[in-house]
Amino acid sequence: MSNANQAMAARYKNNFLKEIEEQAEMGEWVKMCMQCGVCSGSCPTHFHPGWEHPPQEIFMMIRAGKREEVLTSPSMWMCTSCYNCYVRCPRKLPITHIMHGIAEYAYRLGLAPKMQPTLHLSQTFWRNCTKTGRVNEVRLTQSLYFKDGFMAGIKKGLEMKDVALGLIKAKRLNILEALGFGHKCKDQQGIQKMLAKARELEAKRKNRQVTA
Amino acid sequence: MAEKKHAAYICSGCGLGERLDIAALEAVAKKEGKMQIVRTHPFLCSEEGVAMIRADIDNEGVTHAAICACSRRAKTDAFNFPTTAIARGNLREGVIWVRPDTEEARETTQEMAEDYVRMACAEVKAMTQPAGNPNTGTNKTLLVVGGGISGMTAALEASKAGYKVVLVEKTGQLGGWAARLHRRVPTREPFKSPEDTGVADLVAQIEADPNIKVYLNATIAKTAGAPGRFKVDIAVESGPTVTADIGAIVQATGFSLYDANKLPHLGYGKSPHVVDQAGLEALAKAANGGVIKRADGKEVKSVVFVQCAGQRDASGEHLPYCSGYCCNTSIKQAIYLKDANPDVDTVVLFTDLRTPGNGEDFYRAAQNRGVIFSKGVVSEVVPSGDGLTVKFHDLILDDKNAQIVADLVVLATGVVPNSGVNIEALTAPQVEGQEAQVSEASQLGEVKPVSILNLTYRQGPDIPQLKWGFTDSHFICFPYETRRTAIYTAGPVRRPMDIAQAIEDATGAAMKAIQAMENAGLGRAAHPRSGDLSFPTARLEGCTQCKRCTVECPFGAIDEDEKRFPLFNESRCRRCGTCMGACPVRVISFENYSINTVGAQIKAVNIPDEFENKPRILILACENDAYPALDMAALNRNCYSAYVRAIPVRCLGSVNTIWITDALNSGFDGVMLMGCKHGEEYQCHFVKGSELGRYRMSKVYDTLKGMNLEPERVLDLEVAITDLHTLPKKIDEYTAKIMEIGLSPFKGF
Repeated sequence: MSNANQAMAARYKNNFLKEIEEQAEMGEWVKMCMQCGVCSGSCPTHFHPGWEHPPQEIFMMIRAGKREEVLTSPSMWMCTSCYNCYVRCPRKLPITHIMHGIAEYAYRLGLAPKMQPTLHLSQTFWRNCTKTGRVNEVRLTQSLYFKDGFMAGIKKGLEMKDVALGLIKAKRLNILEALGFGHKCKDQQGIQKMLAKARELEAKRKNRQVTA
Repeated sequence: MAEKKHAAYICSGCGLGERLDIAALEAVAKKEGKMQIVRTHPFLCSEEGVAMIRADIDNEGVTHAAICACSRRAKTDAFNFPTTAIARGNLREGVIWVRPDTEEARETTQEMAEDYVRMACAEVKAMTQPAGNPNTGTNKTLLVVGGGISGMTAALEASKAGYKVVLVEKTGQLGGWAARLHRRVPTREPFKSPEDTGVADLVAQIEADPNIKVYLNATIAKTAGAPGRFKVDIAVESGPTVTADIGAIVQATGFSLYDANKLPHLGYGKSPHVVDQAGLEALAKAANGGVIKRADGKEVKSVVFVQCAGQRDASGEHLPYCSGYCCNTSIKQAIYLKDANPDVDTVVLFTDLRTPGNGEDFYRAAQNRGVIFSKGVVSEVVPSGDGLTVKFHDLILDDKNAQIVADLVVLATGVVPNSGVNIEALTAPQVEGQEAQVSEASQLGEVKPVSILNLTYRQGPDIPQLKWGFTDSHFICFPYETRRTAIYTAGPVRRPMDIAQAIEDATGAAMKAIQAMENAGLGRAAHPRSGDLSFPTARLEGCTQCKRCTVECPFGAIDEDEKRFPLFNESRCRRCGTCMGACPVRVISFENYSINTVGAQIKAVNIPDEFENKPRILILACENDAYPALDMAALNRNCYSAYVRAIPVRCLGSVNTIWITDALNSGFDGVMLMGCKHGEEYQCHFVKGSELGRYRMSKVYDTLKGMNLEPERVLDLEVAITDLHTLPKKIDEYTAKIMEIGLSPFKGF
């Protein structure tokens, strides 16, 4: 258990609902669910063997105090942000946002499943784009391809070869990005300052320590 | 009335003149119908046409008029001559609108029209214009039984309308259940917090009202008489019995909670900290807005509400129905706890949360306050340590071993109506198939053995019950009506309901009761033949004292006198004619509806001889559903066979088997009986009329056997008012069937 996790578990004891309400973005909506199941029925990923627990179940598990099960679950990470549930919820719960809120909280506590593809993509994308203010597409692709090892990366790269060549031909992909060239923001320091300020404001709003 | 003078009026408007040979119809009315005056008018329902009839009544002394124009259900305002007996020949909806306008159809259409003219003439000659029930009572005092929200509302509404009220309450104070509540479910925007019950205000209004006389600690010892002239003995606990003259009665006797002792698996009786909803109201009332404490004085920190405890039970062990208010009540009670202390854990375990009215907003308000709602079925509540463990099957997570620990458990137990004695369980079942219902009701064991009204009616001391002990009523068509004229039930004794619904219900019942008193005073019928002046009379010298009429009357209108002859209480009667249909010696009749008025019509139909290959089929159609369905089929120009002749009857229950044997004897090839649905989901306006009629008709097949006729010659059809599209098809199918089995051998005798 991480320190943050231990601290939170101790702070809220058995009241996981309250923990989610106070700590997770949009968590205060969880109590308003009336268990109709429209979200679960509307979720496009539910038709694939992706979800362990659909949103309705996640909400119920939170109310039932199943802390470990919820926070370590890969379910929230499966959300594709299609907003079907959000639009259809008769109680007007912002379900998509709640899912992201819980996922982010689990990540913050260090409980999110390691190497979960969506989590990995989010992290890689964020780091990549905040560095220069623009996405380095070649490096982003590289890091995703080689996520599961060197050989898997080579294999995936060969698979996508024709697409990449087409993009280069159409001047949609700059191969020199691999060496650190390519598009960047003009005021990179400014970008970093802006992000730092945003973190500070966010932490102030949530009454938390500033995290990286 | 002095000399009889008969007249027939034939309309040639609405296309009748173009489609029919009016001169031939006139000849039929004159020669066969033996009408002294026969007139035709191109627009009979116009001012001019009506004036023509009026002039004949005034100047020629016409006492009986056969108006051959449109359906009896049309133009009733125009053809309204209160002193003249009127029969209607249905040439428009009954003939030209249901027949194709073709050359081939012309002959059979004309035959149909001529028959309807013959029938109208025959009917009117057999009729007398009724003068109204002479045994009226003009008492206009309303008796309200029960001093709860429903009873107090009914009393105040009647008083505001200018009527005197006698209010009888069994206990020592007014208020009923509502007085025991801490707060009630909100009735106003924004529907977020429980509000004052309003009982104190109602009681104050009652006490200040000079029109309302209240008897506390009192019960009804005896109710005798009839609408407009009830004599009610009120037994007061300390003091002499009071006799009151009453016009109509509203029974608002409410409900009792289902006995939680029958739910030992939910911990009731095993731990003092398992209470029913009334128990929590008492704790909340004692706390009066402060923190709620248990019986042992400990502050409640966690509560579990168990919904549907002993109700909506499919096993047959407990109540099978929903009480309608418990979900809102549990939400309200959880809010009591949350409002007193937001840190109290409140969990509501439900299977379906049903929040009628504006309860959905209230539900949201509770969720906002942090009340937790979990979908689950409770299997057991066991005492553990200082509190209780609730074991349940979590239906969302499918966790069969889920459990919660709580200081207090509240059971939402359900309602049992205080409807008095189940009179059907007292008497032997009258109709086959009813046996099962009776035993089911008595199995529930919730029927209070004590009578509430103590009616001196032959059929039993209380209001008949429909289902699960709730008193009679038709949910959609006539919710307040019972099978006892001028006695209305209101509130939860009629069906499960909350305070808001009970107030509305009581207001409605008070209005109906006022209407019934006024109608009774004028010698008129109440619903559904409201305003009808006819009433049944019996030729007692022919009576065999078989008691069928007294047993069958759905409204308990007929008692027996000392010599065991039927004793009609006309004011209790709804004029359905079931007694007339039941009478084996045919001594019961109404002035304008009798064995004769229908029998004469049957005999008036011209039966073609067997070589013409034109069958004749008699339709006896209920005037409340089947006949309007036929009219509406006509309005939509849904054609049907020209071989049928339809006669409206007041109810299938009023059909006497003699009409069927007469029809078959005189050469009819088939009889179609059209009546309403019966049983639990009944549609009959007289509740039991169609059921009794059908039972009686089931015996007609023996008669058919005796006459050596096929059983198919009588068809019993269930018809609803919405059957306008299917009914013509059914008529045609039946006609085809009759053609297939061949014409009746009884032609030409």
